Amino acid sequence: MSSLLALLFPPSTTRNMELSADVLIILASAAIIFYLTRWHRWKYLWREWLTTVDHKKIGIMYLIAAVTMLFRGGTDALLLRAQLAVPNNHLLGPLHYDEIFTTHGTIMIFFMAMPLIFAMFNIAIPLMIGSRDVAFPRLNAISFWLFAFAAFLFNISFVIGGSPNAGWTAYPPLTELAFNPGVGQNYYLMALVVTGLGTTATGINFLVTILRMRAPGMTLMRMPMFAWTTLVTSVLILFAFPPLTVAMVLTLFDRLFGTAFFTIGRGGMPMMYVNLFWLFGHPEVYILVLPSFGIFSEVVATFSRKKLFGYSTMVYSVLAITFLSYGTWVHHFFTMGAGAAVNVFFGLSTILIAIPTGIKIFNWIFTMWNGRIKMTVAMMWALAFIPTFVVGGATGVMLGAVPGDYQFHNSYFLIAHFHNVIIGGTVFGLMSGVYYWWPKVTGRLLNERQGKWAFWLFFLGFWLTFMPQYALGFMGMTRRMYTYSHGFGWSSLNLISTIGAFVMGAGFVVMVYNFVWSQIHGEIDVTGDPWNGRTLEWSTPSPAPEYNFARIPVVTDRDAWWAMKQEQKTNVVQIKPQEITDIELPKSSGIPFLMGLSFFVFSVGMVFSWWWIAGAGFLGFVVCMLVGTFDYDDHKEVPRQEIQNTESAFGRLQG
Amino acid sequence: MSFKRSKRAIRFIFMALAIGLSVSGCGNDFVLLHPAGPVAASELNLIEITAATMIVIILIVWVLFGIALVRFRDTPGNKAPYRPLWDHNKKLELGVIAVSVVAAVIIAVPTWNKTFALAHVPKGKSPIVIDVTSLDWKWLFEYPSQHIATVNYIDVPTNRPVLFELTADSPMNTFWVPQLGGMEYTMPSEVLPLWLEASKPGLYWGRSGNFSGSGFVHMTFNVHAVPASTFNAWVRNVKTTQPKMTMADYRQLLKFNWIAPRYYSAYPAATFPAETHGFTLEGGMYMEMQPTPK
Ligand code: HEM
Ligand SMILES: [Cu+2]
Repeated sequence: MSSLLALLFPPSTTRNMELSADVLIILASAAIIFYLTRWHRWKYLWREWLTTVDHKKIGIMYLIAAVTMLFRGGTDALLLRAQLAVPNNHLLGPLHYDEIFTTHGTIMIFFMAMPLIFAMFNIAIPLMIGSRDVAFPRLNAISFWLFAFAAFLFNISFVIGGSPNAGWTAYPPLTELAFNPGVGQNYYLMALVVTGLGTTATGINFLVTILRMRAPGMTLMRMPMFAWTTLVTSVLILFAFPPLTVAMVLTLFDRLFGTAFFTIGRGGMPMMYVNLFWLFGHPEVYILVLPSFGIFSEVVATFSRKKLFGYSTMVYSVLAITFLSYGTWVHHFFTMGAGAAVNVFFGLSTILIAIPTGIKIFNWIFTMWNGRIKMTVAMMWALAFIPTFVVGGATGVMLGAVPGDYQFHNSYFLIAHFHNVIIGGTVFGLMSGVYYWWPKVTGRLLNERQGKWAFWLFFLGFWLTFMPQYALGFMGMTRRMYTYSHGFGWSSLNLISTIGAFVMGAGFVVMVYNFVWSQIHGEIDVTGDPWNGRTLEWSTPSPAPEYNFARIPVVTDRDAWWAMKQEQKTNVVQIKPQEITDIELPKSSGIPFLMGLSFFVFSVGMVFSWWWIAGAGFLGFVVCMLVGTFDYDDHKEVPRQEIQNTESAFGRLQG
Repeated sequence: MSFKRSKRAIRFIFMALAIGLSVSGCGNDFVLLHPAGPVAASELNLIEITAATMIVIILIVWVLFGIALVRFRDTPGNKAPYRPLWDHNKKLELGVIAVSVVAAVIIAVPTWNKTFALAHVPKGKSPIVIDVTSLDWKWLFEYPSQHIATVNYIDVPTNRPVLFELTADSPMNTFWVPQLGGMEYTMPSEVLPLWLEASKPGLYWGRSGNFSGSGFVHMTFNVHAVPASTFNAWVRNVKTTQPKMTMADYRQLLKFNWIAPRYYSAYPAATFPAETHGFTLEGGMYMEMQPTPK
């Protein structure tokens, strides 16, 4: 019994911070359960959300999950920055600090950025390409629940069993049992395997959706740019996640079953892990940024009231980036002795990949050129991206110049670089997307004044936080140090950086306030087209009905909806009652949720080496698969009459 | 948002940075900008070339962006042209590609040259060899020719290349002395070479650049660069006044802790790998290794 307690609650989980987190979690769960029971919302929750296969609702769930994870990851970040604010600080001890930078990085990449990207895919893509859902709606729900349970699994490590503490890159031999006893690292491995499976399925889903389910007339070269970047991101996912899964599973075998893939002393090769990890890792950075590139293309064109400049150049750049991004992974370990020739090859490929990236930046500027720029919050996030991201790309090139990287590697210069591209690129882009598509999914506009406050706080906070870190790199400060002493001259820049981080935190708080306030008081979007949009999603009412389009639109131009408006043909979205037919839609199913739950149970078993629990989880998975396979009752018909009522309520009936 | 307001914001950021830089002692703390040897100097030179090129690109983007933002705002009475269908311009697009390619070439050429040049100890110079082992959480240095060993401290002669042979009996670290040059990993069962040279006498700090566990911040050491004669005297002194390292002493060093510098007049050869495995030695090395007398 006491050994069980020691396993579940090792000393690392019984510090004040963890205990207060425990209390908060218990209070919050109790409040939620009370609310659901008191207002009889359990059934509603199950019927409308937990079992849904509707891409729009799945998108909303991804969005909520991602914002929650941004809160967790952001809290981690503020703790790290608070610890580094002054030299010789004792706010966090080294053990605590190591756990927090590990969970910060892992959560931000896998459980904040990725789901926020999938939120955008789900919310926009089917509507944008004139489709009624994704190609595999149930698989889409499975992806979500695998991600959600993996995120849950990863987060409970903080209070049960202990957090992982080897960084988001988790290089062996530091992750070997000899150097890393306890279950924390198992949490990391299982969470990444499970969410990775979901991500791979999402990649397949959107690849097929975009290739097979576009509205008639929408050729590949007439697709909106966001559809293009989603397409290539899906391809990148398909090839990038398998090496990650392999790396995770092999490490898990080393830890649980005594194999020696990476374990030193018995002939293992840690270097092999590093290769597998970055074979995933570099494409992953483009998985993170390409969707944002797509969002900028939509937003900048819309709010400059102008066509996207250099569409075909943009497409070819994206394809070039996709191809090249598999040929640069060694730049993450130039300093591991691969030899001058190998390093030069990967250095040059890295410099090469900056060219298509740079071209795209110019194209966005030329899209603004000769346009009429309207400063909405969505546009401000997109505009902020351009001057910010170019700095991150430039420092990336400096890192790609091999001998320079020998000095910069693992220093704060590197930290500044990747935050510059991930925040300035990925996060700014996703925020732009959130403000842009919010009315489409919720039917309400976000308050612009509050949104601008959030934007300015976040934007200025960003520069204040990360520019000093470039300088710290030049002063020789390395990453993952839990403290530093006087005498290196690092103190004042670190303090500035910490202040900036808290300004960003304030921006986040205002943004969440903005979301909640606008959901209650926000202006209702009656037109369905609040921005004078260019692409098909704006031809639907806000929020779009479950079936998206009563009649699938026919596309004749790149900016399909804009063209319809120019030609005064917007009445094509109105339908005559006699033209309405029944619409077949996928039916809700509990299987995706139960499958996620099974994976969760399985993972808990693996983390603690409780094989019978793992077995039970696996059995649950098999049962879900079997039931799902033979479940032929997976469609429902939306009857004519219901469609007619819905359309007439939107005022979209002809005659 | 108004343009004025954002300009004020940018000015504020620069002021904050300027204050930060001046309080931080302005200069000497920027170790990367103060190389004390040819390797670090050559790396700094490349950093300057890339930084200058990139600053030009950044400025082009910022200026164009600024003009677009000011000129094409959707304000009543804006007289700038509005051409909603203007979506390509061959010359402009080719120009952008040309600028990018030129910038890439300016960076690629010195990258190529320097990567190869720094991969070898300069011809005609015979380096002094130091075998480096990262331990949890300390650095063990062994001088195979001088037969002495130290922990967390080394003396090196000036104006003579030092060939570090790096390995680990611990999780991975990187060996980094910023003023002498860039870092290289230490990995168990591999030996990676790195050469550095000090041209100025002085005391230079080094540290690990790769996280290796909770004591990682303590993996610091000092490099004392002194003229050859002083170096020889130091070696003699260590040899005559310090204890020998035994296998038992080495096992003590493997304990998870950090310690002050130590000196040994001899050490067991078995503490450094005689051969390595993996692709490093077979697939090609970053630098040509000199045979180590064992
Ligand atoms: C112009 C394009 C880019 C170039 C030339 C570039 C170059 C590099 C190089 C050479 C490194 C390795 C540095 C080192 O470890 O010493 C690096 C690290 C990194 N980059 Fe980039 N990069 C670019 C764009 C991006 C983008 C778009 C993202 C993400 C959205 C990104 C995210 C990262 C991350 C996360 C790391 C560090 C990972 C770690 O060690 O934890 N980069 N980049
Ligand atoms: Cu990379």
